[in-house]
Amino acid sequence: MAHLVVENLTKTFGTLKVLKGVDFSLEKGEVLAIIGSSGSGKTTLLRCLNFLETADGGQITVSGRPLLDGYNNDEDIRKKRLNFGLVFQSFNLFPQYSVLENVCLAPELHAQEKPDFKANKAAILADIRKNGMELLEKVGLADKADAYPCQLSGGQQQRVAIARALALSPEILCFDEPTSALDPNLTGEVLRVIRSLKTSDRTMIVVTHEMDFARKVADKVIFMANGIIEEEGTPEQVFGNPQSELTKAFLTGFDFTED
Amino acid sequence: MTFLEVTAFLLDGFKISLLIFAVTLLCGAPLGLPIAFCSMSKFKPLKALSKVIVWIVRGVPLMLQIFIIYYVPGLLFDFPLFSKIDIFMLINYGIEDAGRIVAVLIAFTINYACYFSEIYRGGIESISRGQYEAGYVLGLTQSQVFRKIVLKQVVKRIVPPMSNEIITLIKDTALANCIMVAEIIKQAKELAATDAMVWPLFYTGVFYLIFVGILTILLSKLEKKLSYFRG
Ligand SMILES: Nc1ncnc2c1ncn2[C@@H]1O[C@H](COP(=O)(O)OP(=O)(O)O)[C@@H](O)[C@H]1O
Ligand SMILES: [Mg+2]
Repeated sequence: MAHLVVENLTKTFGTLKVLKGVDFSLEKGEVLAIIGSSGSGKTTLLRCLNFLETADGGQITVSGRPLLDGYNNDEDIRKKRLNFGLVFQSFNLFPQYSVLENVCLAPELHAQEKPDFKANKAAILADIRKNGMELLEKVGLADKADAYPCQLSGGQQQRVAIARALALSPEILCFDEPTSALDPNLTGEVLRVIRSLKTSDRTMIVVTHEMDFARKVADKVIFMANGIIEEEGTPEQVFGNPQSELTKAFLTGFDFTED
Repeated sequence: MTFLEVTAFLLDGFKISLLIFAVTLLCGAPLGLPIAFCSMSKFKPLKALSKVIVWIVRGVPLMLQIFIIYYVPGLLFDFPLFSKIDIFMLINYGIEDAGRIVAVLIAFTINYACYFSEIYRGGIESISRGQYEAGYVLGLTQSQVFRKIVLKQVVKRIVPPMSNEIITLIKDTALANCIMVAEIIKQAKELAATDAMVWPLFYTGVFYLIFVGILTILLSKLEKKLSYFRG
């Protein structure tokens, strides 16, 4: 059984059909790159996975557990969400918290709900901080732990956002155009971090316009158009030998550097 | 009357002004919050009701609202509640103007709660959806997102408009003299009438200015305290 299975996922806004039946599956540790022109439904797909939108139909299954099971109260949604992490295009760091606090806020709030929190408060909090510092080290920002988001460059902010998402160890980490809001000279540092996260047990979905990145890092590439998956395959297949006319037309818009 | 005696006499009035100021702030500021939430409610009738109330309260002069609160129980129900309180408190406790002051406090609290509610609403609505969504994606509850993420950003944004409103409030307390509450300007007018002294009327300005000065310093301290972050 694949780690993540998405079947016939649909979503309509008013009369606008944004997802018209999306199917794909990912094995544990696989990296999926989703490409496609603006408005094709990529963001909506990620938002449905993260339960920021409720899909109209279809199924999302993680490790064999179907998530669209009709249990939709706040508490159910909150639990289901935690299967996924999401890194936004616009970072959305919490401005009033320092970098380390941004990373530790959610783990601390979750820890407070556990029955043994009061008894081991100091140890639990120290543990969360230590883990937070390790994550900041991983994204190369340990020296900025006490800085505030407004003191960081866009690339640094996005790396903090990645550390923040990692702090809850989601099984599947999603990125929605993580470098689109950045100056071109800052995209490299973020893409390098994302690339470094690729491990055998972290499944990742990256919506991106960075075709080089998709080609080098992804195990699987999906090209979306008009709310459906127009083409799917390995990077070699999709970039090297696209079958669909739409894919070909889309890809001619990008320059590829040979390596 | 000596200068010191006039000062003491005016200070008695200014105590009433400060009382109106403090009660309005302490009751109106919290009361503004449920009004703001009603104005943002997804339940249409509640939202409409709240908006109509805010529209009326902000659209009618505060002086008129004081008259309405003070006179309506007597005119409509033949029960002049506030005059009765006046008499009751005077006879039993020797306290003057108690009923009138209560009427003023009610009018001020409702009026300022509505103004505050609009400031809160503006502040809350100005926080980007991304902040909420970042919290939700991290598995936080709606209440955690509001308390831990949104609230402080709202506070930062509403401090400047709240400061304006608070400074307006101390000056608005002078309106209480429309139903003969002995706030500072009423006291000064009494001196003008009984002792033919006009200068105390202008002297009252000093009291307001000193108080506004203190408020300005405190409020800008609060603003500075929140200036460590942008957003
Ligand atoms: N909340 C919404 N309400 C109405 N329409 C929406 C909403 N979110 C997205 N859309 C529409 O859905 C379509 C797909 O959007 P999106 O998923 O953001 O595409 P992409 O990320 O591929 O650019 C667009 O036409 C967009 O205008
Ligand atoms: Mg998008």
